[in-house]
Amino acid sequence: MTTATGIGARVKRREDVRFLTGTGRYVDDLPLARATYAYFLRSPHAHAKIKGVDLSEAEKMPGVVAIFTGKDLAEAKVGSLICGWVVKDKHGEPHKAPPHPVLAADTVRYVGDPVVMVVANSHDEAKDAAEKIKVDYEVLPANVDLAKALDKGTAQVHAEAPGNLIYDWELGVKADVDAAFAKAAHVTKIDIVNNRLIPNAMEPRAAAAEYDKGTGHYTLWSTSQNPHVLRLILSAFVLGIPEHKLRVIAPDVGGGFGSKIFCYNEETAVCWASSRVGRPIKWTAERSESFMTDAHGRDHVTHAELALDKDGKFLALKVETIANMGAYLSTFSTAVPTYLYATLLAGQYTTPLIYANVKAAVTHTAPVDAYRGAGRPEATFVIESIVSQAAKDLKVDPAELRRKNFIPSTAFPYQTPVALQYDSGNYPPIIDEAMKIADYRGFEARRAEAKSRGKLRGIGFSSYIEACGLAPSQVIGQLGGGVGQWESAQLKFNPTGNVQVITGSHSHGQGHETTFAQIVSDKLGVPLENIEVVHGDTSTTTFGMGTYGSRSLAVGGSAIMKAADKIIAKGKKIAAHLMEASVDDVVFEDGTFKVAGTDKNVPLAQAVFAAYVPHNYPLAEIEPGMDENAFYDPANFVYPAGTQICEVEVDPDTGETQIVNFTAVDDFGNIINPMIVEGQVHGGIAQGVGQALLEHAVYDKETGQLVSGSYMDYTMPRADDVPSFKLGYKVTPCPHNPLGVKGCGEAGAIAAPAAVMNAVRDALAPLGVTHVPMPATPLSVWQLIHGASRAAAE
Amino acid sequence: MTISVAMTVNGKPVSGKVEARTLLVQFLREHLGMTGTHVGCDTSQCGACVVHVDGTSVKSCTMLAVQAEGAKVTTIEGLAASADKLHPMQEAFRDNHALQCGFCTPGMVMSAIDMVKRHNYQLDETTVRHELEGNLCRCTGYHNIVKAILAAAPAMKAAGV
Repeated sequence: MTTATGIGARVKRREDVRFLTGTGRYVDDLPLARATYAYFLRSPHAHAKIKGVDLSEAEKMPGVVAIFTGKDLAEAKVGSLICGWVVKDKHGEPHKAPPHPVLAADTVRYVGDPVVMVVANSHDEAKDAAEKIKVDYEVLPANVDLAKALDKGTAQVHAEAPGNLIYDWELGVKADVDAAFAKAAHVTKIDIVNNRLIPNAMEPRAAAAEYDKGTGHYTLWSTSQNPHVLRLILSAFVLGIPEHKLRVIAPDVGGGFGSKIFCYNEETAVCWASSRVGRPIKWTAERSESFMTDAHGRDHVTHAELALDKDGKFLALKVETIANMGAYLSTFSTAVPTYLYATLLAGQYTTPLIYANVKAAVTHTAPVDAYRGAGRPEATFVIESIVSQAAKDLKVDPAELRRKNFIPSTAFPYQTPVALQYDSGNYPPIIDEAMKIADYRGFEARRAEAKSRGKLRGIGFSSYIEACGLAPSQVIGQLGGGVGQWESAQLKFNPTGNVQVITGSHSHGQGHETTFAQIVSDKLGVPLENIEVVHGDTSTTTFGMGTYGSRSLAVGGSAIMKAADKIIAKGKKIAAHLMEASVDDVVFEDGTFKVAGTDKNVPLAQAVFAAYVPHNYPLAEIEPGMDENAFYDPANFVYPAGTQICEVEVDPDTGETQIVNFTAVDDFGNIINPMIVEGQVHGGIAQGVGQALLEHAVYDKETGQLVSGSYMDYTMPRADDVPSFKLGYKVTPCPHNPLGVKGCGEAGAIAAPAAVMNAVRDALAPLGVTHVPMPATPLSVWQLIHGASRAAAE
Repeated sequence: MTISVAMTVNGKPVSGKVEARTLLVQFLREHLGMTGTHVGCDTSQCGACVVHVDGTSVKSCTMLAVQAEGAKVTTIEGLAASADKLHPMQEAFRDNHALQCGFCTPGMVMSAIDMVKRHNYQLDETTVRHELEGNLCRCTGYHNIVKAILAAAPAMKAAGV
């Protein structure tokens, strides 16, 4: 049923009023009586031995409450931070797992590695005291350049990872792929770097912790995307605080994009120290700390080859990638360049044979982990770059080459050669719609017109596939994942008929408080104003897996549907009793239980009231109360797909690239709230445009200093860097979840880098430029243009 | 050493004792407990902390509390008459889904109001995008923020605010 508040409606967000009136409650906003403030003294070196730490002056500074070093934590047996996904290398051996101390005690391994925690009566006093700490460092050579990380003679990051190699992993049969290449009519080869990014959620990471001596309970407020997972890691692996004695609360969180999935040093240290200090401790990152220490994203060096037959059909794809892990293995880092990357290399195509080899390397840089898309943008960038390059090589239309190789709609479910089985999809109508919206036919006229103004105009395609809502748990377990991949939901009705929807997902911008309420309103006929969505607190919610990988609706929304089915089933029994009818004759329509063919009816609210005031109630058959729990473990991933078309103009005098047209057509399955989905796509595209044209985390290759460590040096997309976007949809409902939905959170960021880069390459191709590194900054584009014109002159 | 400071915030007189180095945003958040104004960076780049000081938008992380002595400060908390009666800019942000995580929102709204007034309620997309240079958003891709500001300009004029 489509109503003004149900599935498919553009319901305005219920969370907006608090955010618009300054009454949101983020971690740093918490008023905590008697709070102390933590400040972390960090390594200024990429690689050094700690020979001594002198705290004597710092301890005398005003306001200092306590100072903790790595030694203190080691003596207290605080464990290493963990990596929760065991990837087995090509010989079946588990990946190398060097320890990750919460505070470095002997060696620092990246600029920003925390060394000392100062706790004082104010943030400023803690910072002042930290400035008085003297750390004696013996500076060592650093391993910073990923391309050389695995070379002999490069500085070693960990004794536990000889040669800086974490794993050498492969997927596919190399001999079969090589045989296909031997028969190919054409081979296209590319070398690409997927530039390193810094996530930059606008809210810096923060943590606050309080210990209750009377009960032995810890409360940790954290900017987390998944508070239960954080609690599990801290309890089972790092701090040893039993789960039932640790409450983790992730209140309003100001954006995550993956960077707030992981268990970090600072929240761990603050939680541990809260019982030692005996007062609450707060810590909020300064932006420079976010740049240095939030887990970075991407950072791959890749060589890829695509074999085609004489008709342009793809025969085989071969991909060799070195993936940067940074200095320590962050929580899910190992899975990103393997199971979330190589398994996506079929894209939307029927490529029958694929071989991928991924070597994960440690370097003296910040840890690298999942960032919006996580592996899938890297895969899409490889595929869509090489397909467009192949079209250029063969002088065929890039849309035609794609269309020729699309998986036909009749082939679903489609088994790819890289483990995944796509459940549904229909790709040709998507690219058709995108080409229509983008006026692809009119492009050459626009290119000519731009040329008359001295501008280089180009157009680029990116047809992506995404696998999101990781599942099922058993398969994830077989692949080395350390957690389940279900989601929980609880529908807790109150006697007066309103309901709390308790979800294990977490919202940090996605609008779950609206979308999830729409689902319940639609399914149970409860007015929106009588529905409250509760999330983010381990004490008030059932264990949940949190929000990442575009999973919340497909997995968390499905759990809500399951719980609603249980409510209906129980309500039918109550209503049958009240109407003196057989349960089999009771139907549920528009929020009311009815006996078909009669005018007898019991609204849901009446059944709920009867369940709590069971004076006339089938107590012999069912329990009182209306409170149902469900866990949903999906049968498969969901597979959103789409095509983006980007049109750019490059100014040859300045090297500046302007996006003049951007079209995205997506298949997200059924859509609950189109307004929210559009917002997700806009934001994702802007992040993808940022990666393609602006953003680059740069370390000095000798010293390992983070060169792009502030908003002055790291170019975030601003409003005048992006255009207004043109969006379209096609719908093939997901066949295996009750809502028929797929994920939409990452699509924009997954597809956009290739769309933009293909457009820039197309713009520069007439000059003979064949390789454009990402990001295509004005400087690098200007150099390419002028290098090409010099070469032409010579 | 502390210094006494007094100003008007959202129409109410306030005062406090601050250090010379205390920033206006710290005074608002930590001394007055008004946490609607956010801190997103340390370099006056992100704009999450924008407030109005004597009617002009100011990044409150780039101004000392003592510099606001005697000033009339308006923060995000002071815009709406009530939860049912939002400022036209707040309403336009809600109508156009111009916010997601909400962290940059207070600064965006305060900057946008100042922008509309400075341009005498006459704005076009290019101007809005250029004017938003000092406000970063990571969630929305700016698309709906631009739409909201363009929609709010005539609404503000009609409402006389």
